[in-house]
Amino acid sequence: MLDLLLQTGLNALYSASYISLVAVGLVLIFGVMGIVNFAHGELFMAGAYVVVALYSGFKLPYLLVAAIGLIFVGCLGLLMERTMFRPLRTNPLGGLVASIGFLMILQALASMTFGVRMAFVPPVTQEVIEFSERVRLPVQRLYVILAAFGFLTLLWLFLTKTRFGWALRASAQDPEAAALQGISINQTAKIAMFIGAALAGIAGVLTAPLISVNPHMGHSVIIAAFIVAIVGGVGSLEGAVVASVAYAFVHTFVTTFFDGVIADITGLSLMLIVLIIKPTGLFGTADRA
Amino acid sequence: MRNFLIWLIVAAGLIALPHTLSFSLQEILVFLVINVLLVVSYRLLTLTGEWSLGHVVIMGVGAYTSALMTKRLGVYVPVSMIMGALMAGFVAFLLSFPLFRMKGFYFLIGSFASAEIIRLLWKRFREPFGGPKGLKRIDSLADINIGPIQVDFFEPVAYYYFALIVVAVCLWILWRIEKSLVGLTFHAVHWQDKLAQASGVDLRRYRTLAFVLASSFAGLSGALLAHYIGTINPNSFDVELMVFVLTWAIVGGTATFYGPILGCVVLTLLNEVVLREMGFQQMRPLIYGAIMIGSILFLPDGLESLVKRAMAAWKRRSTPAAEPGKESA
Repeated sequence: MLDLLLQTGLNALYSASYISLVAVGLVLIFGVMGIVNFAHGELFMAGAYVVVALYSGFKLPYLLVAAIGLIFVGCLGLLMERTMFRPLRTNPLGGLVASIGFLMILQALASMTFGVRMAFVPPVTQEVIEFSERVRLPVQRLYVILAAFGFLTLLWLFLTKTRFGWALRASAQDPEAAALQGISINQTAKIAMFIGAALAGIAGVLTAPLISVNPHMGHSVIIAAFIVAIVGGVGSLEGAVVASVAYAFVHTFVTTFFDGVIADITGLSLMLIVLIIKPTGLFGTADRA
Repeated sequence: MRNFLIWLIVAAGLIALPHTLSFSLQEILVFLVINVLLVVSYRLLTLTGEWSLGHVVIMGVGAYTSALMTKRLGVYVPVSMIMGALMAGFVAFLLSFPLFRMKGFYFLIGSFASAEIIRLLWKRFREPFGGPKGLKRIDSLADINIGPIQVDFFEPVAYYYFALIVVAVCLWILWRIEKSLVGLTFHAVHWQDKLAQASGVDLRRYRTLAFVLASSFAGLSGALLAHYIGTINPNSFDVELMVFVLTWAIVGGTATFYGPILGCVVLTLLNEVVLREMGFQQMRPLIYGAIMIGSILFLPDGLESLVKRAMAAWKRRSTPAAEPGKESA
């Protein structure tokens, strides 16, 4: 029984890692730009397909593929900012609809280029760390956990120690006051969009060898990210990370002991309960509904 | 008199329409009629300023209720449809308690979450909802056999006429609601909520009323759909259809009654007829997505703004001395 608990805990830690990468990006974009990016799950999908194309296709080294995936998906984010979110800054509902349009385009492009079936990605490493006979951690999963930890630390350093980071947080707290201090809204929006998209992309790159890669894989990820964003309080990055860990543990344990659909229902119910008790989320401070 | 003539021509056109179409287009036509009711009911909800992502699942509540009524309890089909509509309204009433604590973005996500929970319950519980495979062999309307009059509702044309009458009556009711004092209050709740509240309007009650009414009509459209296609499952009411409804409303525009209808008809024609005929099978979502982005960027007030402009230009030409500011909304 203890083995099972430990193993489930490790699985939960792994899913917490990539969910928090996606959710932090979603929250960052919402915080700075006030836009709900429905295409965020598809940015995750785009990252996974970069691996399919370059790693399984062209056999490039995995680290190089990861760097390319990060930059490529980040640039997709810049494209979205420039073509859709900037002209629609005064129209949040419009930004949401445009992001749904972008989602459909990305899905169609993926299924046209790679087909709708699951794409095969060869494992990066076959090694497994065995803690005991029934508690095992594949090294590939360890990479995801370490990378998530690293990227989130980098983001935290960027936001708290650099001038760009301060500017970003300032515009998230009060866009008008930030603009009055000479902070360019366009520039902070670009940075937020690049970082947010790149985090989703790197999550896709990291998990591609571990999960089934298909054009609709973004769907379940975006739902998890929404739940996490709400429970953590919209606009609160720390909240998103804490909520990712909590959500991943609840979801993984319920999946192990009951089944996947019940786990989804549990997650959604948790979000509803949080919304009912505190309509701005547990850690929420910014009121930008 | 002139209005009456216009309506007569529209009615004659709608009655003659299916006879000019192929079988597959007739089927699309039935779906189109049902979807028009769905999107117009959605607009009633948006009148109070809240955008829900649960409308399609509420439609599914109507579909499941009506289908289960006929399958398990042997209720006659038109009666079961009304039960479906009432059930959808009742579920919306229950949901309104948690949901209307939230506003704006939180309402959007909250409505999505509660709808998704309902949908997952259908998927999880084989008894009575049929699990992931859903319900099959749902009765259609009973055939009518009165002497020379024989109507078989498996025929798309016959079902089209039935749906057309139901939807036309519903649209008339929705129109009357909007023009009534209640409808005007909905507008006030959206645009002047503080003032409305100060004037003694209970915002929460009017939001709930709009939500319940809109959901009942959505439930009816779901029941119409269930008894036409004969099989429903949890995936018939997933986010994808919700996205379509949202797009119809936004591309058409929600400021006028006809805006969402226009969006639904134009986009359905484009999606089902033009793109399919041109053989862009795989590219359809891509083009659809591009159209969504394009219309939100370049036509933010929807297709209805084009109609308004055309009508204004028409008026100016026919009566050059028309006094400004006197436009019927």
